[in-house]
Amino acid sequence: MSNGIHNSCGLCSIEMKNITVISGEDTLLENVNLTFHCGELTALIGKNGAGKTTLLRTLLGERNYKGSISFTDHHGTVLPVPRIGYVPQHLDFDKSMPVSVSDFIAAAKGGRAVWFGKNKKMKETIQKMLEEMDCGYLADRRLGALSGGELQRVLLALATDPVPDLLVLDEPVSGVDMAGLDLFYKRVTELRDKQHMAVLLVSHDLGLIRQYADKVVLLDKTVVAEGEADEVFATEAFKEAFGFHSGEVTAWK
Amino acid sequence: MEMIYRFLELLPFSMFQYDFMKNAFLAAILIAPLFALLGTMAVNNKMAFFSDALGHSAFTGIGLGVLLGLDDPLLAMLAFGIFLGLVITKVKSANMVSSDTVISVFSSAALALGIVILSASGGFAKYSSYLIGDILTVGQGDLRVIAVVLIIAYLLWALLYNQLLLLSVNRSLAASRGVKVMLVENIFVMMVAVAVMVSIRWVGILMINSLLILPAAAARNITGTTRSYHWTATVFGLVSSVVGLGISYTFGTSAGATMVLAAAVLFFLTYFIGKSRK
Repeated sequence: MSNGIHNSCGLCSIEMKNITVISGEDTLLENVNLTFHCGELTALIGKNGAGKTTLLRTLLGERNYKGSISFTDHHGTVLPVPRIGYVPQHLDFDKSMPVSVSDFIAAAKGGRAVWFGKNKKMKETIQKMLEEMDCGYLADRRLGALSGGELQRVLLALATDPVPDLLVLDEPVSGVDMAGLDLFYKRVTELRDKQHMAVLLVSHDLGLIRQYADKVVLLDKTVVAEGEADEVFATEAFKEAFGFHSGEVTAWK
Repeated sequence: MEMIYRFLELLPFSMFQYDFMKNAFLAAILIAPLFALLGTMAVNNKMAFFSDALGHSAFTGIGLGVLLGLDDPLLAMLAFGIFLGLVITKVKSANMVSSDTVISVFSSAALALGIVILSASGGFAKYSSYLIGDILTVGQGDLRVIAVVLIIAYLLWALLYNQLLLLSVNRSLAASRGVKVMLVENIFVMMVAVAVMVSIRWVGILMINSLLILPAAAARNITGTTRSYHWTATVFGLVSSVVGLGISYTFGTSAGATMVLAAAVLFFLTYFIGKSRK
């Protein structure tokens, strides 16, 4: 069940206003208006090709768009770019790449080029980051040798350091077992509550969304439904996109 | 320069009695670390085919140089190499056709165009030395150019490596950490183009790509961290270049090809060492 906004200051938010994204002849997003509040977990759903990935890419600054994206911090100051923590769906890199988990994190954190080697302080910082996500033992493993669940924890550790204004999770649990999945979402909700960050989750798992999301956005080029999970699941647009009514969601689960 | 020459003469190798061998040796130990460095990332990003295309495009560069009446076609080669690299990257990112198809189209077109231009302007034969290269014709001016390129490459590598690494793991993740994805990618492509073009006359169009890929590929077999990957690739590059040059001097074989063969031996050795460790 949805349980409202958690530890939100009510001020800081990321706002997408009249966002339109066009690629060649195709309109990928049209007039999208969305606000992500801090301390709130928003789930983005929609059928394939509805523009979910495009929306994420736009937020990440990888897409040209018409409209505006702004970020208001808890002092009420409007800043142009929010700090975004991003957990990708999967990493389709070459698994045999000689890159250790700590190389990867050090590269992401910037500073000295990792082929020189890492200094002691950086090593300690990385160890601490990983331990907070209960995966300190992974530091010296090769990135390509991690299991799905281990990789997600490393990516979450990275995405939340430094603490982002918006944490973006792109279908973050593919290839993760049930126990790992539970752990992952517990950790995400904990972050939402304690660090009061805004979280945007793209997922197909309606059961999980119903359990964890504060707000659900149904996308089909534009926002077609928005609200608490049960409200959105009861709409005609939802039925059209997913082929069943909310009553069936539980049974299907 | 004189000091380096005299130092080389002190070494107990007969090849250092000739100035052209000294120059060749110096060129080899400058080119090897440059290629090892760029090769680590080219292999990470599965760009072996791409750098091969760049090598092939050298012919068009030379052809353009001839058409423009340049004494030294290097500038035309650099310009065309960089242009082609950027165009391939651009077309690839548009995601219209599969990337190996894109690269293949550009590679064959550039190669064919180069051969057409060169064969039209009075016989192709005098350019065939570019195919297998001739490291014995390296002059002091060439050494200076390679040294400058090597220094710039190391500087850029110190500045941009972390971003490149992140990019090779995941583009969107890199973008979310503030990496200017297109810019960094284009700089890397230009670096590869410049490295290939300044050394292609010595190493040869047919061999240049192997020199880029093999040391890094061999290092991958036995390393697990970025640091060891880099330094192992550099050492492998140096060893295969120097040993290859020595063997080619002794047996009168093509230097570029002998270096590549030495690197290939290293690859197979490390492959079996890596396998036996697992």
